[in-house]
Amino acid sequence: MDAYIGPLLFLGAAGLLAIGVVGMLLSNHLFRMVLALVIAEAGVNLMLVLAGYRWDAVAPILQPGVAAQPMVDPIPQALVLTAIVIGVGVQALALTLVIRIREAYGTLDMAEVRARMEVDVAAAGGGEATGSRERPAGGRPLPGPGALPEPPR
Amino acid sequence: MFWLLLGIVILMLTSAVLVLVLDNLLAALAASSVVSLALALVFVILRAPDVAMTEAAVGAGLSALILVLALRRLGLVGVGGRRVGEGDDA
Repeated sequence: MDAYIGPLLFLGAAGLLAIGVVGMLLSNHLFRMVLALVIAEAGVNLMLVLAGYRWDAVAPILQPGVAAQPMVDPIPQALVLTAIVIGVGVQALALTLVIRIREAYGTLDMAEVRARMEVDVAAAGGGEATGSRERPAGGRPLPGPGALPEPPR
Repeated sequence: MFWLLLGIVILMLTSAVLVLVLDNLLAALAASSVVSLALALVFVILRAPDVAMTEAAVGAGLSALILVLALRRLGLVGVGGRRVGEGDDA
């Protein structure tokens, strides 16, 4: 069964990446989007370490007096080490933005924040927003009552 | 070894799904910590002990700390079924 370990771990890494990206795209809550970003980062890190992995090798640690054996590639490991720390920095930045958005708009619902941001950006530019929930862009007709689901609270 | 890794991968993927579906944000945060810890285990098995140490300390510890502090700042921390809704200002 050892031959299947590589594909299994690749599937796991791809699954983590897919779950993270899907979560970022589909979730409507800003904090949950940050959590999905963490998941996607974990998947990418695992995939990078797997790129330098070989099953018949030892950890890349050289010791004096011990004959050199086949080692796993240490370069992706060093890069992933950096990526983990930078990931936490990115996460802290994202959380800061979430907190500032909450202070500015009083909500964490992505759809509502986006609609109000568009209005604000258009007002700063001296024009009107091209479209909103009440007035769709291009004069399209409004969907009937009940067509749009209630935004999650 | 294969079955051990299979168990760890299943644990990782189920907690990743739980992060997205759990209603309580504190529980979702704990599930993301579980993903990080399982990933650290996988790194040990992949012969990357330094990465495993960093992942366990920074990925699970520091990042969970940052997330929970932000959650408290946002006023969304709720324990035991009592959940503060994100609509009211904390």
